[in-house]
Amino acid sequence: MSSEKKFVPFQGTKEQEEQLRKVIADHKGQRGALMPVLQQAQEIYGYLPAEVQQIISDEMKIPVSKICGVVTFYSFYSLYPKGKYRISVCLGTACYVKGSNKIYDKLQEVLGINSGECTPDGKFSLEACRCIGACGLAPVMMINDDVHGRLTPDCVEDILAKYE
Amino acid sequence: MYRSHVLVCGGTGCTSSGSAKIIEKVKEEIKKNDLAEEVCVVQTGCHGLCSVGPIMIVYPEGTFYSMVKEEDVPEIVSEHLLKGRIVERLVYDQAKGMKSMAETDFYKKQHRIALRNCGVINPEDIEEYIGRDGYQALGKVLKEMTPDEVVKCILDSGLRGRGGGGFPTGRKWQLAMGNASDQKYVCCNADEGDPGAFMDRSVLEGDPHAVLEAMAIAGYVIGADQGYIYVRAEYPIAIERLKIAIAQAREYGLLGKNIFDTGFNFDIDIRLGAGAFVCGEETALMTSIEGNRGEPHPRPPFPAVKGLWEKPTILNNVETYANVPQIILNGAEWFASMGTEKSKGTKVFALGGKVNNVGLVEIPMGTTLREIVEEIGGGIPNGKKFKAAQTGGPSGGCISAENYDIPIDYDNLVAIGSMMGSGGLIVMDEDTCMVDIAKFFLEFTVDESCGKCTPCRVGTTRLLELLNKITEGKATMEDLDKIEELASYMKQNALCALGQTAANPVLSTLKNFRDEYIAHIVDKKCPAGVCKSLLTYSIDPEKCKGCRLCAKNCPADAITGERKEPHTIDPNKCVKCGVCMTKCKFDAVVKK
Repeated sequence: MSSEKKFVPFQGTKEQEEQLRKVIADHKGQRGALMPVLQQAQEIYGYLPAEVQQIISDEMKIPVSKICGVVTFYSFYSLYPKGKYRISVCLGTACYVKGSNKIYDKLQEVLGINSGECTPDGKFSLEACRCIGACGLAPVMMINDDVHGRLTPDCVEDILAKYE
Repeated sequence: MYRSHVLVCGGTGCTSSGSAKIIEKVKEEIKKNDLAEEVCVVQTGCHGLCSVGPIMIVYPEGTFYSMVKEEDVPEIVSEHLLKGRIVERLVYDQAKGMKSMAETDFYKKQHRIALRNCGVINPEDIEEYIGRDGYQALGKVLKEMTPDEVVKCILDSGLRGRGGGGFPTGRKWQLAMGNASDQKYVCCNADEGDPGAFMDRSVLEGDPHAVLEAMAIAGYVIGADQGYIYVRAEYPIAIERLKIAIAQAREYGLLGKNIFDTGFNFDIDIRLGAGAFVCGEETALMTSIEGNRGEPHPRPPFPAVKGLWEKPTILNNVETYANVPQIILNGAEWFASMGTEKSKGTKVFALGGKVNNVGLVEIPMGTTLREIVEEIGGGIPNGKKFKAAQTGGPSGGCISAENYDIPIDYDNLVAIGSMMGSGGLIVMDEDTCMVDIAKFFLEFTVDESCGKCTPCRVGTTRLLELLNKITEGKATMEDLDKIEELASYMKQNALCALGQTAANPVLSTLKNFRDEYIAHIVDKKCPAGVCKSLLTYSIDPEKCKGCRLCAKNCPADAITGERKEPHTIDPNKCVKCGVCMTKCKFDAVVKK
């Protein structure tokens, strides 16, 4: 299984940094602002690498150790960049009972990556999620914001082909 | 005035099946036919019957169209809206020949209180909520009732927490009311973590103002001026509609300073959860709002004494709040007249899994599982047999067919080894392996255990290892005793409900489906044919035509045989992928 995730260098731009500093300034003085700041930082950069955490730490006067603790605690925050197309397969109970694990296995096989990883070309990243509330269409997966439902392992490749 | 209203569901289920495009198309077609003055298109919240989405309802007829596709829209507009002829082929099967959707099996036994506005109003328009008695309860409370009277009303109604624990809501409010403090908080738990439950999401998407109104009422009762809604970041539509609702309520003076000119101030902010199941636990949720790792802490002190930022705080779940305005308006007696002795009112269940009508159902407490699955749910697909229903998510258990007729309420569910939880109800048929399901939930809790306390962090991992041994056919009967011993230790010693209840899925399946565990251990067989390590694939020589299709597709070269002669599978090479079985045109491959 190939995985490039640990070797992607930080490529943040000046504009992104300005945006982030503005977000932090907007939350100044607000109690419990760390989570909202992290959420918006992830929207700006797509993930939360050490460099971004350091900026937040300096600006908010919160030790980077604490920030790192929060980032790694919540599954929504990512330390690694995601693919251009983020695939998340629902492994909630309703989808699982209807065989979503087979979809998940098939995706790992087709893409050649494990959960949490990104294909070397940066195109697809794969993760599991718990219930997106579309149980009526089980089993489902999301690719970015599109929901694909009533899946079978056979249709996985056709769907991926639409994202070329 | 419009002569017709077209309601299109904009809940998550229907949006996923493409309802947003349908709304656009309807608007486009209406314009094309010059009907914009006569027909109004409304995007509503969830109607509940997600499996036949996208759903469209046309009033005044109340015609219930299901599985509408974009290309069907011109026909609906030109036939139904222009010429008044219902497009029969698109009408939901069950609703054919009936006057209204309320008469269909799916809706007949339902009683909608928490979901009363879902699918009926446009959730992005405060006027529509007000038109359905919205904010009247808040007005009544602020102008005519004392906090004590409100608490009495909620207590008398018998409303219990809909998020899982079932703690009396009025009692919670009373406790926080009695604690003097310069600052108090009202929180709403919308961190719906149970994989397979989505009623809170639907309420927020379909009727967000009901939650805001109830939180303001709670704020008045306990003396708080600030509320927080902690909602999962995975729910973008719900977050968006909440934001719109809060902005509109502020604009109308229903949130903010001096509400209804009574001098009462109350405002609400949204906080996004970031994907940690443990944050559904009240102390963990508050720690998370404060901007920390969402780890729970021991109680007491209870949040009613020391909660958010060490101030008295109440936390209720979305569905609990959605009931409050109706209780205030209709009275405690009205609410208490529904349900069983100790569980009043209704409960919303997310019906899913192996059942025909997947979706959200709201039923009076005390409805039996059989009624839910067979009547409302329309039974099990493909003529399979009911095996179990799982309630309470990772903290709950599996109910077997033996308890099919037990009235469902908080106490009965606990008595049979499950729990109400937030209301996920997953139906399983004979193809589901109960050991595998127990393992599924344990994998979930191992993932989601926050790691703070040992009984949960280590206990769940060890328990999962034992289950893995069973599904791999390496376990002995003593392992079952070990499971029970470990489970009871976790129950007594874990810090929060996540760890205390983590073993429930294992214990309840072990109790109700012990035979299946024994079959895995002693006979090394998985009766449902799910656990891979215990399966063997073979070819029935009577049926095999020797077409070589299976052999060509086998990734492990495990199948041998001459053309037109029966083939055989080498069990030592077979990786049990099942490809041969799906490829065979003669049903000759047998899985045991």
